[in-house]
Amino acid sequence: MTNGDSHDYILQLEGISKFFGTVISLQDVTLRLRRGEVHCLLGDNGAGKSTLIKTLAGVHRPDRGRYLIEGQEVNFKSPREALDRGIATVYQDLALVPLMSVARNFFAGREPMRKLFGVIPVMDMKYAEDVSVRKLAEMGIHVRSPQQPVGTMSGGERQCLAIARAIHFGARVLILDEPTAALGVKQSCNVLKLIHTARERGISVIFITHNVHHAYPIGDSFTVLNRGKSMGTFLKSGISEGEVLEMMSGSAEIQGLIDELEGRATA
Amino acid sequence: MSVTTSQAAITNKPDERVRRISPWRGLFNRPEFGSIAGTVLVFALFGIFAGDSGMFNLDGVMSWAQVAAYLGIIAVGACVLMIAGEFDLSIGSMIGFAGMMVAVPAMFLGWPVWASVLFAFAGCMALGWLNGYLVVRTRLPSFIVTLAFMFILRGLTLVLSTHFSNSTIVSGVGDKLGADPVVHTLFQGSTFHHLFAWLARAGLVGKLPNGEPVVNGIPKVLLWWLAMAGGAGFMLSRTRFGNWVFIVGGDNNTAKNAGIPVNRVKISLFVFTAFCACLFGVLQVADVGSAAADRGLQKEFEAIIAAVIGGTLLTGGYGSVLGACFGALIFGVVQVGISFTSIDSDWYRVFLGAMLLLAVLFNHYIRSYAGRSHAGRSHAGTAK
Repeated sequence: MTNGDSHDYILQLEGISKFFGTVISLQDVTLRLRRGEVHCLLGDNGAGKSTLIKTLAGVHRPDRGRYLIEGQEVNFKSPREALDRGIATVYQDLALVPLMSVARNFFAGREPMRKLFGVIPVMDMKYAEDVSVRKLAEMGIHVRSPQQPVGTMSGGERQCLAIARAIHFGARVLILDEPTAALGVKQSCNVLKLIHTARERGISVIFITHNVHHAYPIGDSFTVLNRGKSMGTFLKSGISEGEVLEMMSGSAEIQGLIDELEGRATA
Repeated sequence: MSVTTSQAAITNKPDERVRRISPWRGLFNRPEFGSIAGTVLVFALFGIFAGDSGMFNLDGVMSWAQVAAYLGIIAVGACVLMIAGEFDLSIGSMIGFAGMMVAVPAMFLGWPVWASVLFAFAGCMALGWLNGYLVVRTRLPSFIVTLAFMFILRGLTLVLSTHFSNSTIVSGVGDKLGADPVVHTLFQGSTFHHLFAWLARAGLVGKLPNGEPVVNGIPKVLLWWLAMAGGAGFMLSRTRFGNWVFIVGGDNNTAKNAGIPVNRVKISLFVFTAFCACLFGVLQVADVGSAAADRGLQKEFEAIIAAVIGGTLLTGGYGSVLGACFGALIFGVVQVGISFTSIDSDWYRVFLGAMLLLAVLFNHYIRSYAGRSHAGRSHAGTAK
C-alpha cells in the first residue's frame, strides 16, 4: 500500500505541463491525492500553484500529461464537469457575491427548485434559507438571517461559508486556495479546524498555501512547487517543518536576511 | 447545569454578537426604497402645487401614467440588463428603428401588417443578440459596443425613412395597424371600454358633453407595462435564471466558477432589452399613427436614469424591477405634472438631473454598506 497502486488515489495528475504562450507555467508536475488525506500544496508566489488549481478544477486543460480520477482518465471541458465529479474548488475570492444574501450565495449555480402551482419552476427559497442556516450552524457560524448580505460577514465566516457550501454539495475532493491567507490568527485556526472536520468526514483535501505553519500541523503529505516544477511529495513522517520551508526556497533568503539584520545589530 | 443542557443552550441561543436590527432599517436597505421615497416626495410636491389643477383627475392620471408606462417598459429591460452588469445605449435608436421596420414593409413593400410587426420584433431581437454577442465575444465594454449601435440604428432609421418616403416621417401607419384585428387588439388604443362606460353611467367617472366617459379605457401600454414588470420581477426574484442574473452582475468570475452560462445569460438579456425597445416602438407607432426618424431620442438615458433612481447599481449585481418602475413613474409624474403647475416646464430636466444625482449618492451609500467587507478584507490583507 505504501507504494500506492492507482486505486489508492482518488485523484492523480501525472506529468502535467501547461504553457501560456512562451511561459512555462507548469512542467512535468505529478500530484497524487490519497483518499481522506489532507495534501498540502506549498509554493511561493509564481510557483504555479494557481495554474495547478485551475487545471484540477477544470478551468485549464493541461497541454501535456494525464489527469485521473479514481484511476480513470478525465478531460474536463468546464469547471462544471469537475464539480459533477465531486471536485470542488474554493478560490481565494471565495466565489461569493457580497451584495447577495447568504442563502442565494450558498446555492449559487445550484438552485433548489420547486414547482409553483405545479407548473412554473421557481427557486425554493425556503429550502435554501433553512439549509444554508443549518449548514453554517454546523460549522459554528450563526448568521443574523439567511437574507443577510454576505458582504456584511467577516473574512473567516465567508471562508467557512464557501467551504460549508462545497461540502454540502457532495465534494469528495476539496481544493482550498490559500484559505488562511487574509485571515487573523483565530480565524485561521477555525478554518484549519474545518479542514480537519472535512477529513473526518472522509473528504480528501488539497490545501494550497505558502504558510508552512498552517500547513504542517494539519497536513498528511506535502508537495512543494518551485518555479513550475514539483520538488517532490513527502509524507509528514518523512519530513520536518524546517525542511519543507527550506524547499520552498524562502528559507535561505530569510536566513540570510536574519543574519544580516543580526549582524548589523551586534555590530 | 449538565453538559448536555448547556450545549443545547449554546446551539439554540443566537450569537451574542449578532445585533438585532429594526424592520424599518431592513426596509431602508431594500433597493427600491429610494425610488419609493422619491415617488412619495414627487406626489406630495405636485399635490401641493397642482392638487386642484386636474392632474389627479382620472384623465390627468391616465396622461402621466401613460408616459410612465412607455418609459417603464424600457426601464424594465434596462434595469434587468444593468443588474447583469451591462448597458444598452442603443435602445433609444432601436425604438425608432422598430417603428421603421413596422412602417416600411407595411406601407411600401405591401406586406401584411401582422408580418411587418413580427418582422420588427424578430429584427430587433436579432440586433439585441448581435449586441450581446459582440459584447461577450470581444469583451469590450457594452457601453462602447451599444454606443456604436445607437448611431448605426439612428442613421439607418433616417436612411430608410428618406429612401422610402422622402421625409423623416412615415405617416398613415396607424390606420393600417388598426385594420389588422390581432395587431389592433394587442397594441392599439385602450381596453376595458365597457367597464369605463359602466363607471360613467354609475357616476364614478366624469362624462363628456356627448355622454361618453372622459376616459374610455385603460391604455394598452399600461397593461403591457404591468405585464412586463410583473414578468421580469418574477423572473428576477423567483427563478433560477434570475439568481444567475444577480450572480453574473455581482461577480462575473464567480458566476463562471459556479458553472453559470454567463454568456448565454448576458446575450439573452440583451435580446430581452431589445424586445422591450421594440415593444415601445410598436406601441408608439400604433398610438401616434406614424413612424418617425427621431422617435425614442434619448430614451436610453431616461431608461437608465429610471433604473438608477430605482436603486439599480451602475456596476451591476443589485437592483429591482419594482424600483425601476417607480423611477419611471417619477418621470411620468414630473414630465406631465409640471405642465399642470405654474412652473416653467423647462425645469423638467433640471429636476430629473437632480433626482438622478441624489439617487446615485444614495446607491453609493448602500453599496458601501453592503460591500464593507471588501475594505475589511484588504485591511486583513495588509495586516498579515
